[in-house]
Amino acid sequence: MSAYNIVDHEYDVVVLGAGGSGLRAAVGLSEAGLKTACISKVFPTRSHTSAAQGGISAALGNMGEDDWRWHMYDTVKGADWLGDQDSIEYLCKEAPKAVLELEKYGVPFSRTEEGKIYQRPFGGMTKNYGNGIVQRTCAAADRTGHAILHTLYGQALKHNTEFFIEYFALDLLMKDGECKGLIAWNLNDGTIHRFRAHTVIIATGGYGKVYYSATSAHTCTGDGNAMVLRAGLPLQDMEFVQFHPTGIYGHGTLISEGVRGEGGYLVNSKGERFMERYAPNAKDLASRDVVSRSMSIEINEGRGVGKEQDHVHLHLSHLDKSVIEDRLPGITEAARLFANVDVTKEPIPVVPTVHYNMGGIPTNYKAEVLTVNGSQKTVPGLMAIGEAACVSVHGANRLGSNSLIDLVVFGRAAAKRAAELIKPGTPHEEIPENETQKCLDRFDRLRNAQGENSTAELRLAMQKTMQSKCAVFRTEKNLKEGVNEIRRTYDSMDSISVKDRSLVFNTDLVETLELDNLIRQAVTTVDSAYHRKESRGAHAREDFPKRDDQKFMQHTLAWWDGKNSKITYRPVHNSTLTNDVQYFPPQERVY
Amino acid sequence: MVQISLPQNSKVNKGKYFEDKTGSKNIRKVNVYRWDPSTEENPRIDTYEVDMDNCPSKVLDILNKIKNEIDPTLAYRRSCAHGVCGSCAMNMGGKNGLACTKPHAEIDGDIDIYPLPHLKVKKDLIGDLDGLYKQYESIEPWLKNNSSKETTEIFQSKEDRAKLDGAYECIMCACCSTSCPSYWWNGDKYLGPAVLLQAYRWIVDSRDDERKARLKKVADELKLYRCHTILNCTSACPKGLNPAKAIAEIKKMLATANV
Repeated sequence: MSAYNIVDHEYDVVVLGAGGSGLRAAVGLSEAGLKTACISKVFPTRSHTSAAQGGISAALGNMGEDDWRWHMYDTVKGADWLGDQDSIEYLCKEAPKAVLELEKYGVPFSRTEEGKIYQRPFGGMTKNYGNGIVQRTCAAADRTGHAILHTLYGQALKHNTEFFIEYFALDLLMKDGECKGLIAWNLNDGTIHRFRAHTVIIATGGYGKVYYSATSAHTCTGDGNAMVLRAGLPLQDMEFVQFHPTGIYGHGTLISEGVRGEGGYLVNSKGERFMERYAPNAKDLASRDVVSRSMSIEINEGRGVGKEQDHVHLHLSHLDKSVIEDRLPGITEAARLFANVDVTKEPIPVVPTVHYNMGGIPTNYKAEVLTVNGSQKTVPGLMAIGEAACVSVHGANRLGSNSLIDLVVFGRAAAKRAAELIKPGTPHEEIPENETQKCLDRFDRLRNAQGENSTAELRLAMQKTMQSKCAVFRTEKNLKEGVNEIRRTYDSMDSISVKDRSLVFNTDLVETLELDNLIRQAVTTVDSAYHRKESRGAHAREDFPKRDDQKFMQHTLAWWDGKNSKITYRPVHNSTLTNDVQYFPPQERVY
Repeated sequence: MVQISLPQNSKVNKGKYFEDKTGSKNIRKVNVYRWDPSTEENPRIDTYEVDMDNCPSKVLDILNKIKNEIDPTLAYRRSCAHGVCGSCAMNMGGKNGLACTKPHAEIDGDIDIYPLPHLKVKKDLIGDLDGLYKQYESIEPWLKNNSSKETTEIFQSKEDRAKLDGAYECIMCACCSTSCPSYWWNGDKYLGPAVLLQAYRWIVDSRDDERKARLKKVADELKLYRCHTILNCTSACPKGLNPAKAIAEIKKMLATANV
């Protein structure tokens, strides 16, 4: 192989990813006096947190009584009891503090008449343990993620965080089961950088791009998840992929749940508000898996709208013009640009669209990565936060506006834990050269790949497989086909072709490395789905329509090393963190 | 008479021509600026024949089509694909915008795609925004508030919050700044419309205690007053914001207040 010049760095902590969770962690780490590097393949404000619209949940009680325990109950129920209740307790209890902190950082939240943070209703968010709708989702119009991301970047600048921007991370550096750092490729000048760190915090987001139609950005390729798989560690609960009910038909652009929070509703070809049938109480504000399934049933039974009868309509033209202008300006623009619709006059054509990955890198509530056959053993030197992580607070289905709060609560928790574990300036251990060599071998092999399959073709094959074999409704037969098909595509990676051999902004190679990352996650996703023979949250098996708490109150752990896969399970935690709240035992889930 | 000539390596050559291979009857020619820093070669314009029958409506769709089906070596930034991340800002049909929101039907004739004007180019359509990001840092884009209460938010009236509308939405795509002739000329010292709009966003935030200091900081012949109200910025903004107005407001505040 050709020789690469390597630039070495030493940091107390390296944060990989500069979205909401990565930036929040970086701020906390810098505050704690730890020498911190934040590495990102895109400029921080380009991260996909910017696309979050509706809001961030926290039981502030600004718009009527609220309690973090109610928020916890809703989250446990939304998760279809697959969430770990100790982590969920931590999330909901810390949420109000985290939002007030964001406000003090300068997030331009919308306001109430009294000048407090405005909160809107959101799917699955209720008062008094499921009795009525609560307004819990704090919003900056319908650009909450954008507002939070830009504000957090400002805070990181304030704390002089050292950024490495447009660096593409390649692999973790492991030694005796511990993480010692990572290797990244600087796209700006083509150099290779080796970062040694006492802790690496993975904050690389989700991997929505394994699907053909997703609200996810092109950059949502779950690079950190794949690095973890290549390091011989498992991913957890990968079968749980959230389909957002309202992606714009044909384009996939997200239309916020906030639209339904503000009074919008879904309608089929007969003009029926069909959600009344599926969720008599919550109606259009049932949780996302429920609404997406209901829409799919309407479409499958021939009540879809449009020429192909393959989508439904989201109505909001009945809303006050001022509500649309003040609280939903972003989606008004999106509907005009991508559906050619004036929302004050016409409905938006929408269809369930891949949106969020509940699964990811298994961690405890302190953000430490877990491994080994279902025990609680941590991986020293490795943490994960945000959508990349599976804490698990979202279980089998995430509630809208619980992702933004997840980012900041666990970003903060990771920084706190790292500050406890690391003494600033501790000397670094030597890392064996073979780790570097292994990483660069893969890099060099893909860079010089001269096969006959283009990256775009293989990516499309993977996306079509996932879209057709691992969608809203799943069956044994479909999934089995998916398991085989995705492996065939994986094998074709051996004959992939890369045309650009340069090292500066070689986006041909970037996309190929991203595909290599994506397809590993696709394999674990469809494997995990195949083995879970029950229906729970976002995982709906037509052949096993019931939840099976006897067998499957368990997190799936999936390994894939490129040849061999392994699936095991670890039990869902059946206790809370403190005595401030009681464990919520499994119930039937009705909205 | 003084003779001025551009350096040899700034000449843009005619590049490769990629003929359509689909047999489509609905072809458009797309001319794209190419430059690879790893070669000694001059920049060039490559031309691609693109089958428009199988291409969605935005310029980014064309670029993705070229990269996926014709020439994977083409380099450009893109991420969210719906106008919120600001990655795919470039110059299309002579106008700055986001490739993901710009309909190609709005461009007549051949479609010319260039990087944002007057930036150093890193490769192909990827411009160097490091200078602009440094300027953004210089306005200290974080809230400065001395309140130490941790249990409540800092209250802000609806009216005060409304002052941030039109400013906080900026996605830092740099379409405005790179359309500004004054920024082309003095981009190292003049902050430019994108950064001044952000300066304004913090100046008018009622929660901020450092309004005067912020105003003083930008009150500089070069940083602020190189704006000559050309208004290209406002016309270029793909988010419909009005940086020129924000700059005018800053000037007005400075003219009417004791800072």
